[in-house]
Amino acid sequence: MGLNTFGTSLKRREDPRLITGHGNYTDNMKLPDMTYAYILRSPHAHAKIVSVDTARAKQHPGVVAVYTGKDTEALGGLPCGWTHPGLVTPKHNVIAKDEVNCVGDPVAVVIAEDRYTARDAADLIDVEYEVLPAIIDLEQAVVGHESARVAEAHEEMHHPEAHEHEHTPLGAEIERELASEIPHEPEVTEAPGPRPVLVHDEAAHNTAFKWAIGDKAKTDAAFAQAAHVTKLRVRNNRIHASAIEPRSALASYDVAMDSLTLWMTSQNPHIHRLLMSAFVLGIPEHKLRVIAPDVGGGFGSKIFVYNDEVIVCWASKQLGRPVKWTSERREAYMSDSHGRDHVSHAELATDADGKILGLRVHTLANLGAYLTLFATAVPTYLYGTLLSGEYNIPAIHCEVLGVLTNTVPVDAVRGAGRPEATFLVERLMDTAARELNVDPVEFRRKNFVKPDQFPFQTAVALQYDSGNYDATLDKALELIDYKKLRREQADGRKHGKYIGIGFSTYIEACGLAPSSLVGALGAGAGQWESALVRVMPTGTVNVYSGSHSHGQGHDTTFAQIASRELGIPVENFNIIHGDTDALPYGWGTYGSRSAAVGGSAIVTAARRVKDKAIKLAAHLLEANEADVEISDGKFMVKGVPSKAKSWLDVALMAHLAHNLPPGMEPGLEFSAFYDPSNFTYPFGAHVCVSEVNADTGEVKILRYVAVDDVGTQINPMIVNGQLHGGIAHGIGQALYEEAAYNEDGQLLAATMMDYALPKASYLPSFELAHTVTPCPHNPTGVKGVGEAGAIAAPAAVANSVVDALAPFGVMHLDMPLTPEKVWRAMQEAK
Amino acid sequence: MAQVEINVNGKLRKADVDPRLLLVHFLRDNLNLTGTNVGCDTSQCGACTVLLDDKTVKSCTVLTVMAHGSQVTTIEGLSQNGKLHALQQAFWDNHGLQCGYCTSGMIMTATEILKNNPNPTEDDVRHNLDGNLCRCTGYHNIVKSVLAAAETMRGA
Amino acid sequence: MFPSSFDYQRANSVQEALALLSQHPDAKLIAGGHSLLPAMKLRLATPPMLIDISKIDDFTMNAVSPTRDGGTLIGALATHAKIAGGQFVPFALQTAASLIGDMQVRNMGTIGGSIAHADPAADYPAVLLALGAEIHVEGPNGARVIAADDFFTDLFTTALQPNEIVVSIRIRPAGTRAASAYAKHPHPASGFAVAGVAVAIAANPDRTVSTARVAVTGACAKAQRLSATENALMGKPLNADNIQAAAMTDNMLDCLSDQYASAEYRAHLSRILARNALTTVLERMQ
Repeated sequence: MGLNTFGTSLKRREDPRLITGHGNYTDNMKLPDMTYAYILRSPHAHAKIVSVDTARAKQHPGVVAVYTGKDTEALGGLPCGWTHPGLVTPKHNVIAKDEVNCVGDPVAVVIAEDRYTARDAADLIDVEYEVLPAIIDLEQAVVGHESARVAEAHEEMHHPEAHEHEHTPLGAEIERELASEIPHEPEVTEAPGPRPVLVHDEAAHNTAFKWAIGDKAKTDAAFAQAAHVTKLRVRNNRIHASAIEPRSALASYDVAMDSLTLWMTSQNPHIHRLLMSAFVLGIPEHKLRVIAPDVGGGFGSKIFVYNDEVIVCWASKQLGRPVKWTSERREAYMSDSHGRDHVSHAELATDADGKILGLRVHTLANLGAYLTLFATAVPTYLYGTLLSGEYNIPAIHCEVLGVLTNTVPVDAVRGAGRPEATFLVERLMDTAARELNVDPVEFRRKNFVKPDQFPFQTAVALQYDSGNYDATLDKALELIDYKKLRREQADGRKHGKYIGIGFSTYIEACGLAPSSLVGALGAGAGQWESALVRVMPTGTVNVYSGSHSHGQGHDTTFAQIASRELGIPVENFNIIHGDTDALPYGWGTYGSRSAAVGGSAIVTAARRVKDKAIKLAAHLLEANEADVEISDGKFMVKGVPSKAKSWLDVALMAHLAHNLPPGMEPGLEFSAFYDPSNFTYPFGAHVCVSEVNADTGEVKILRYVAVDDVGTQINPMIVNGQLHGGIAHGIGQALYEEAAYNEDGQLLAATMMDYALPKASYLPSFELAHTVTPCPHNPTGVKGVGEAGAIAAPAAVANSVVDALAPFGVMHLDMPLTPEKVWRAMQEAK
Repeated sequence: MAQVEINVNGKLRKADVDPRLLLVHFLRDNLNLTGTNVGCDTSQCGACTVLLDDKTVKSCTVLTVMAHGSQVTTIEGLSQNGKLHALQQAFWDNHGLQCGYCTSGMIMTATEILKNNPNPTEDDVRHNLDGNLCRCTGYHNIVKSVLAAAETMRGA
Repeated sequence: MFPSSFDYQRANSVQEALALLSQHPDAKLIAGGHSLLPAMKLRLATPPMLIDISKIDDFTMNAVSPTRDGGTLIGALATHAKIAGGQFVPFALQTAASLIGDMQVRNMGTIGGSIAHADPAADYPAVLLALGAEIHVEGPNGARVIAADDFFTDLFTTALQPNEIVVSIRIRPAGTRAASAYAKHPHPASGFAVAGVAVAIAANPDRTVSTARVAVTGACAKAQRLSATENALMGKPLNADNIQAAAMTDNMLDCLSDQYASAEYRAHLSRILARNALTTVLERMQ
């Protein structure tokens, strides 16, 4: 293999240890004198805690300590990291003290010598609850809210008013919108009947925030001119991330140093350190070290600060002994943040020619019982801004109510807001095409943003930098042989064979940026990433990254990036991540940001190293700096092939410092903090071909074709792997997954026997292809790929099923498209 | 407590164990064989799959005492003389893993799939992998890896 | 994930197991453990003692073999994998065994454990009802035989006494012009039967149905015969039209309802699966 592996499917460097059973996951760790925590959780969705009697548990042999909410009441609440004007943030106690607000809320913790004993002792804790009425249903939760009435009265026509709309830069537009939003006041009029159930008394109508984006007047005007309006009510189902590794945390307090080390399943150890030290535990940031070793998948669920890791840190300090907690799977369903869970009313206005004039969306977003870290950003900035999809929509207005219910908190799960937006837009596109009696492909094409329109300012603040949407769609159509497939579909219908073809032409925004903008929008985090490139005296290199790998393959791709910059073979790189004491500050891995943002930081730092190395090499070669280049891994003087210095020569001299150019400091390392100037905009066309069993309603996916443009590919093998996983995730949401509650707030999908993840036999092999439009504003041209599949697939699958059911007159079905739901739709048509 | 003698990866292990100790905890906690993982409580995920007397089992659903007198092979015992098993090699070659957490179980399950049927179809592989869940790969490259290993092993 | 404490004893023979059971009336038997251990890990079951019968080295307990009269003997300790791969095993039973759980579960789980547990969504009960199987049990007062029709009495409840052990399942010879089949709609997560229908049909020389036994599992609190469907088939030639008519006959089932499937849908699935299983029988008889 040549020296430069960038762009090749280099086999993963992390795999040898993982395929031989030598992964280093948190629960694998053992420390001397280690204890184990078991967390007792509320079986009720909403209840007052009358008393917690721990006496019997404390006496149980092998129990070290039992703690309740009274013990931890001095700790800060778990933080929400993104504010909105008027945001109501109820305190999220580390251990519930007076009230529990969802099934799974921690009420006590047992620390014992082993896991079995800890579990046994939990059965000996007597908790007396006074059960309160619970509010579970999203729409019922906001009854009485003035904006909820907007949703109810969706049929009403709005007053058209002429309104000049100027496109303004992203931040300014959103800020203007927000300025027009008056923080909502509690309704004063008492509704007749029983007192409404409130999750938290301070949040009237269970509403944590109201948020809007886009130009309402302009949108209303567009609708007034519409030849046709397509309306759709969409429920985006609540899902669970279900990384196969359950969350785990091991805290060890060092009495002599008065410092804590926490190993945990984290996607972003620095965020965990910052928030836990500054906001929750109240210990100096430098006294907490967070290490995220091998992490067995995240999908968003390992971003947030949870009760559990705080508890082990606090308990370890109390006891002076290491404390480990590992989630049981049953526990994971009731303690990991859930995802999605929207109810939206959407309307699409079109003119007589089938051109889209406007889009109006009203969304209720379930936030669960507490506001977790990104909970308030997901259904707003990661959702409303994506509602233009790949389309030229002149006017959009979207209003979102963030709603509290007695359910597990809802936050980011793979895609986070963007799958919800894409599903809504793509279902709406298919529905409109059906109503207008045009082919869904043609309807999309007619409304695509065209290549000559970039940069394209959407009506919801984003500025798309580049794209060619027809190109991905053309390729997808060619791969599935669209015309032939439509003929087969028509033939099949004559014989009771129901095949459907579903499209999802999606766009996503990755690598949330820049920091100044997100700060202006309420984020409590920066969105840059760090890297440190350190060349050692022998010319091998440590690369430290603030991004964290939990399956994405950074050990490989980051080495490929740095190797290309420096002309040093990949095997001479260590990629180091996941340890707050080893790294510069970093924001971690989520939102498909690692390659685009973290990778750009590595490029920047590596270029600084290279510049210095060339200066030094020129000095050693007694050549002009401008004449020295790195070629074939060596520093060469252009035109003088006999004169060369190796990386060893240069790196060694940088460290010996016996002969440096005047003014040059010793050493050969640089760090970089890369703050992107814009989001990146991957896009693509996904096509799902499915068959519905007319007898049972079962859906079988026959083919799944995806043509994606994720920009430049560092490692095509890894890119495809990310797409495969995302597509499977999206198919799971579309067909199988639902974290359902009953009306009492009991989680019905509380084990892997109930919550259906896609299995190998449920899925086909995927057919992938690509176009490559490099990102124009970062040094690698990479856009991001981790979430694309999960964003695109649900709509492609749902559109294919609804298409299959067209002969039955079915216009829409909510996910998951379970056999019974599909069967019922067919029955109702009969 | 109960006395057990279990041959694990060719080594006889004797221990006094609580009868309720699950085999997976014996392997992980007592023997430090942490390549066998736990992903669920209800025998669905298959991350804990090991060979018990040459048959794949979910070691979270076997009591250690019941494995007394048996032979257990874990992922750590699969490669021989420092050479990767054909399945391990195929998973590496075909990007059959991402986070790695389900991988040990996947590979152990695949050993039995290929033992029972050295020339499986894609469909055979998929159905026989239904006891192993993966959230990263969408199974695409896992299936590809198993088929590739089958080819290698048939050739060997 | 962590079972509560229990005492453990290994029994090396049926007699030893029976003696232990009579000394410890609260004890539970464990063989493959794939019904009991998941429940114990969730602490839905907390037996004070387990009697391990998995290593009983007894021919009958471990058999999957033909009987002299052409029937089938299945030992209680036979695993699902062994039954699925066994020769002389009726097709319905083989199919059901091959559709239980997954490969690893089939390697450990036993038919005796499964039927004694009597999960309403287990596969075997429908098959044993359709095949008219006999369940041979032993207790302190000796052996007795329970017809499958009498065995499954309710949700997780059987006619087995707490001090008895399932030893074997015997299936009578099917005779010529006979076939069986099993069709199932699995739950997408657990793999248990949302509904599963087993059928066993014998025909007269003129190809009219002489015996029809059709049973459903998963749909109701216990597995049960679909007698209206059976009656609709009797005396008629087995063909597509008669199958359709019989399968769609209302069996007045009192179906279960849950998040995944309503009672109405389960009743519907029962009809479709009955049709599918009967169609398989028709194919196998030709």
